[in-house]
Amino acid sequence: MEFTRKNRQLLSRIATNDRHGENSPYFDGWKAYDSNPFHPIHNPDGVIQMGLAENPLCFDLIEKWIRENPDASICTAEGLDKFKDIAIFQDYHGLREFREAVAKFMGRVGGNRVTFDPNRIVMSGGATGANETAIFCLADPGDAFLVPSPYYAGFARDLRWRTGVEIVPVHCKSSNNFRITRAALEEAYEKAQRSNINIKGVIITNPSNPLGTVLDKETLRSLVSFVTDKKIHLVSDEIYAATVFSSPRFISVAEVMQDMDCNRDLIHIVYSLSKDMGFPGFRVGIVYSFNDDVTNCARKMSSFGLVSSQTQFLLASMLSDDEFVGNFLRESSKRLAKRHHVFTKGLEEVGISTIKSNAGLFFWMDMRPLLKEQTTKAETELWRVIINKVKLNVSPGSSFLCSEPGWFRVCFANMDDKTVEVALDRIREFVLQGKEENNHEADKSQARAQRWRKQNLRLSFSSSRLYDESLMSPHMISPHSPIPHSPLVRART
Amino acid sequence: MGKVRGGRVKFDPDRIVMSGGATGAHEMVAFCLADPGEAFLVPTPYYPGFDRDLRWRTGVELVPVVCESSNNFKITRAALEAAYEKAKEANLRVKGLLITNPSNPLGTILDRDTLKGIVKFINEKNIHLIGDEIYAATVFMEPEFVSISEIIEEVECNRDLIHIVYSLSKDMGFPGFRVGIVYSYNDAVVSCARKMSSFGLVSSQTQHLIATMLSDDDFVDSFIVESKEQLFKRHEYFTLSLSEVGIGSLKSNAGLFIWMDLRKLLKEKTLDAEMDLWRVIINEVKLNVSPGSSFHCDEPGWFRVCFANMDDNTMEVALLRITTFMHKHNEAMVPRKLCRRASLKLSLSRRRDDFMSQNMMSPHSPIPQSPLVRART
Repeated sequence: MEFTRKNRQLLSRIATNDRHGENSPYFDGWKAYDSNPFHPIHNPDGVIQMGLAENPLCFDLIEKWIRENPDASICTAEGLDKFKDIAIFQDYHGLREFREAVAKFMGRVGGNRVTFDPNRIVMSGGATGANETAIFCLADPGDAFLVPSPYYAGFARDLRWRTGVEIVPVHCKSSNNFRITRAALEEAYEKAQRSNINIKGVIITNPSNPLGTVLDKETLRSLVSFVTDKKIHLVSDEIYAATVFSSPRFISVAEVMQDMDCNRDLIHIVYSLSKDMGFPGFRVGIVYSFNDDVTNCARKMSSFGLVSSQTQFLLASMLSDDEFVGNFLRESSKRLAKRHHVFTKGLEEVGISTIKSNAGLFFWMDMRPLLKEQTTKAETELWRVIINKVKLNVSPGSSFLCSEPGWFRVCFANMDDKTVEVALDRIREFVLQGKEENNHEADKSQARAQRWRKQNLRLSFSSSRLYDESLMSPHMISPHSPIPHSPLVRART
Repeated sequence: MGKVRGGRVKFDPDRIVMSGGATGAHEMVAFCLADPGEAFLVPTPYYPGFDRDLRWRTGVELVPVVCESSNNFKITRAALEAAYEKAKEANLRVKGLLITNPSNPLGTILDRDTLKGIVKFINEKNIHLIGDEIYAATVFMEPEFVSISEIIEEVECNRDLIHIVYSLSKDMGFPGFRVGIVYSYNDAVVSCARKMSSFGLVSSQTQHLIATMLSDDDFVDSFIVESKEQLFKRHEYFTLSLSEVGIGSLKSNAGLFIWMDLRKLLKEKTLDAEMDLWRVIINEVKLNVSPGSSFHCDEPGWFRVCFANMDDNTMEVALLRITTFMHKHNEAMVPRKLCRRASLKLSLSRRRDDFMSQNMMSPHSPIPQSPLVRART
């Protein structure tokens, strides 16, 4: 108490409130993981990190490219002559080659249906910085943005903390696969107006985190026309654009704008290489606005979070390599698709369904049947069981502001194949145990089945499956199987 | 950071928090320590970037602590108190004092007594002290640099009020790498700043390079020594050449610039006259120097001139332009008056000979393209 009061007098409001969001339960899972991280040899009983949306699946391709392109580094004999100029370079316009390479990359990721202008490429401190910068440019303290839920937990900090701007969630429902409907937007907007909340814009994440789905053309058009009507902004966070691994293809808001009557000054894109390339450490955030004033303002603000010139130089070279990029994007999609398939199939086999998704580094798992009751409290209880007993750090839907309890985001890309098996084993074991218990309580079982039917879940569940030979084999069930030391897992600690 | 301070202080790695360059560090500190509408005191003249870094997105105000040439721009207790009072009168709540030591634009360092006085002041007022020590390793001559981190070991104070901003942009010459550091003695500030650092972390690629480079003790030790050597040489040559044509500058021993005194060239002691002179320097002498008013200097006629960011040839060209200009100017003035007032060592006759021979080398002589100069774009 004393400490807080003293701090409140000494420090700012921002420093003493908790709008940084790190006190949210989202991070409790991290803490559990940090204190007991899984390691195939040293700590096979540890918590497996499935709450981190990272994409290291194609690092072998990147390492190969780096080996073959020593002049892309200013720290090699081949690149050293550039060191001086690069180390001195702090122009907030950024290296021309970097902007051009990023613009080209963004175009390719969008299927080459749009050309991005290098002069609109503005840097920021990761997507974290990009989202904050966009808000600083577009809104004042007290203003608000509509954000369809479920949404990325970090938005609470990135959009609100230092900006003083509020988030008004637009709750989307599983009954229509969490679609963002015009009606939902209008309702949220009207409600905000009535409460004297000044809505400055809408933030969408496409492909969606945590859903892993892409927005279809119709929804995008509807969003663009909605903001144009209301004269508010649309910020489209397209950070997962290249993680689309099966159809339908990714459609950028930039593409949709091309054949629509809309106010381009209202449209802005946030991009980053953290997910698509797997480079979160490099802090490559991009603000791309179709509004000249916003571009100029964001560029000035980029001084607070420029991309290291050393990194700009490396990426300018890497992303200009058309052959490499083409191959990378293809391989990345393939590997993500495979990993996604292994998981979702494995889950299906024990009766756990996920929302049908074709993008992202995670899936949105439906654990509603396992809830004691359809409440956030029950979800949190289930989550603690998953963390502490099943030893998987997954992220509860409530941390994404999901209005329906029982959903969990599970990241599948940030581990090697063997760890995937361990994770699946643990889930299978947990579900089987749970079902064995339930089989003793016929009523509960029936009620649950009714609920499942009501909610249109696809289950391949039959009692014979439970005693399937393959599931019973010790190798598959035991989480203690010796697993060779995975560098991926090692990288997590 | 410890080595740069002669090994007299130890810095705790757990207090090292990253930010997007010193630019990001300053903004981050402002966000942690002050609310919109609150204020920091800043001694003038000060780095113009502060107006953006500390105020723009934070809504924090800056109140100048006016320092004067009459006592070499020393930060006096009287000046601090006056500024504090002025803020009070304007209904501004002062949350802290920001000092840049070594100073930009002066190139001077704060002496021990001044530093102690400053720490006492902030302690009494219970306000924060932010020490921007971005030029710490550019001290090329006696007296030795004294860091706030040293002073707090000697003066009793509330450490929760003490914060240092650092960067590798000036000391190492790496502005492109965006290595900003916030080092606070206040645990809550460290914790908050660390959360905020997400908005401007240093690229892990760069962290890796810097970690290796700066862990190489032999390299660092010789770099620091060599850097000072080069800066000293450049500074000495530059100031000597200027004094030979009657241009004085504030006696300095640090930084990458000199604080040039052109007050006597002003038509009158006004801001307008300074701007007129500045336009002449830009357009006729063709040197981009920074006018004192952009640093909120109270007295017109001072200019900051950076001397490190060019090769020797370019420096010669710059000096030639200055001497040409001064020669023209001196011809228009009474030489006697000039000598006495400035108390400068002039060897005018020798200068004229030099000038005549150098007449052949006009500013338009082909000069090999310097990579350093090219990098300025």
